Amino acid sequence: MTHRSIRRRAVNVVMLGLTAVATAASVAVLFFLLGYLIYQGGSSLNWAFFTQLPKPMGEAGGGMANAIMGSGKLLLIAACTGLPVGFLAGLYLSEFASRPVAAVVRYAADLLNGVPSIVIGIFAYTLIVLRAKHFSALAGGLALGLMMIPIMTRATEEFLRAVPRALREASLALGASRVVTIARVVVPAASRGILTAAMLGLARVAGETAPLLFTALNNRFWSSGFDQPVASLPVMIYTYALSPYEDWQRQAWAAGLVLLTLVLVANIAARLLLGRRRLTSG
Amino acid sequence: MQQWSASAARTGVPNLVARLRGGDRVAYLVASAAGVCVLVLTGLLAWQLVAHSALSRQTFGWAFLFTQTWDPVADQYGAAAFIYGTLVTSGIALLVAVPLGVGVSIFLSELAPPKLSSGCGLLLELLAAVPSVIYGLVGIAVLVPLMRTWIQPALRTVTSGFPLFSGPAFGVGYLTAGLVLAVMITPYIVSVGREVLLAVPREQRDASLALGSTRWESVWRVVVPHARPGLLGAIFLALGRALGETMAVTMVIGNRPEIAASLFAPGYSMAAVIANEFPEAGGGVYLSALVEVGLVLFGLTMAINAVARLLIVVSTRQGSPA
Repeated sequence: MTHRSIRRRAVNVVMLGLTAVATAASVAVLFFLLGYLIYQGGSSLNWAFFTQLPKPMGEAGGGMANAIMGSGKLLLIAACTGLPVGFLAGLYLSEFASRPVAAVVRYAADLLNGVPSIVIGIFAYTLIVLRAKHFSALAGGLALGLMMIPIMTRATEEFLRAVPRALREASLALGASRVVTIARVVVPAASRGILTAAMLGLARVAGETAPLLFTALNNRFWSSGFDQPVASLPVMIYTYALSPYEDWQRQAWAAGLVLLTLVLVANIAARLLLGRRRLTSG
Repeated sequence: MQQWSASAARTGVPNLVARLRGGDRVAYLVASAAGVCVLVLTGLLAWQLVAHSALSRQTFGWAFLFTQTWDPVADQYGAAAFIYGTLVTSGIALLVAVPLGVGVSIFLSELAPPKLSSGCGLLLELLAAVPSVIYGLVGIAVLVPLMRTWIQPALRTVTSGFPLFSGPAFGVGYLTAGLVLAVMITPYIVSVGREVLLAVPREQRDASLALGSTRWESVWRVVVPHARPGLLGAIFLALGRALGETMAVTMVIGNRPEIAASLFAPGYSMAAVIANEFPEAGGGVYLSALVEVGLVLFGLTMAINAVARLLIVVSTRQGSPA
């Protein structure tokens, strides 16, 4: 073996080894994050965390029940606005739009998807908060809904396009109208993928903090209706993490653990759902 | 009508079919409305940013981009410090994340057995789904003290006097924010990078291996160059994310509106200043200046994303001969 070939082999082993190390390191980050949150937050998770309101500064105890409710409320608004609009836009792209129009709408959706979440917050602020002259759950929820639209649009389009043409033609040949074909053949065939996308979209916006900072703001109490500022888990984590009180910081960890668990469970569930679909469709 | 009822029985919607024939138009209209809605919202977003930053743009003109006075008391605003912070932290993030992300992509697409590859791919997608405020939380608790007591003093000793790595070690600052961003964007590079590497035709690898190159030479001299536009696209996509990232950066960058030569120094980024000061701005030139910062950020990410999409389209077309 020549000197040169030994060197080439050594480079081969070293570089390929480095790629393996890089992979191990990146995957380790996930386990580190989860482990560290469990280590820091696990002990602060108790019944009160889920059922009580935050206590005033400096007073020990209390919980984040209002933030959990608030996050639920914001996600409800986001789901009621972002999901239908995104779904219908995706339906339009895959079933109705002509090529040039589809390209423009698709490009707009991609642009929207790339907009930094803080800029979405500015948009919701100028559009809703400035007009209504006060912060509200509605403004925050709509900001999150807006973020869901492009996610939903592109995913719906992709899954609808994956439905074989033959299915559509068979339905049309049997005399079904286009609407019936879409509603009873095409969409059901793609439903699992679309549901998955909806779940992933909700999981993504559930963790968003930036668009809520000056739309939904925060609230130390329960908020009724959709017209008041409302607390949410991510914003609570942010404020509590930067606070000087040890008890608040502990609660921030607990809230972080809850949020991360929710997001990861939703993601894993969505992927399991999709994985099975791939198996059954061969 | 015979046919109608036959098809109605089959589709299971008796007596509705005739009415739903007319429904074709309704469905078309509803779906088109949603499509138009996407267009209108995107346009409206850009318009709102332009309109609400008018006051600031008129008052400061282009100088806004090049001055670094940020004084809410005197109502004088310039965004240079924030633009610098955003660019520097994203630059650091790319320096770390590109070799890391490309390395992981190579491992997953070329070396790992399919099961390991899809398993690691899933874990990295989960990593990409971790909310940014969680990165910020762990960043404050773990990375900031680590930087202050170990990494920054060590870097300073090793580089001895190099201006980028000098000054007191605060823990928070450009370097810390850049590192957090690097961890956050690596999964984005991998998710696209793995796909474009897998799209490189098998024959390319076989040919190069048959000519006697080692596995690494085949990857580095043949597969990676073939997938270069797609990899670049993945990197630009990740850069777009890094530029607009808010919470994690806000929590570890230090929030000081000044340009400093040292990467150890606390700084500020565009997204961070909006997050911190927008709720207090109230109105007038202050609010308008913050919206203009948002406009600059919007324009920057849009440009980067456009380049990324173009590169990915080019490379996926190249990858599949059809």
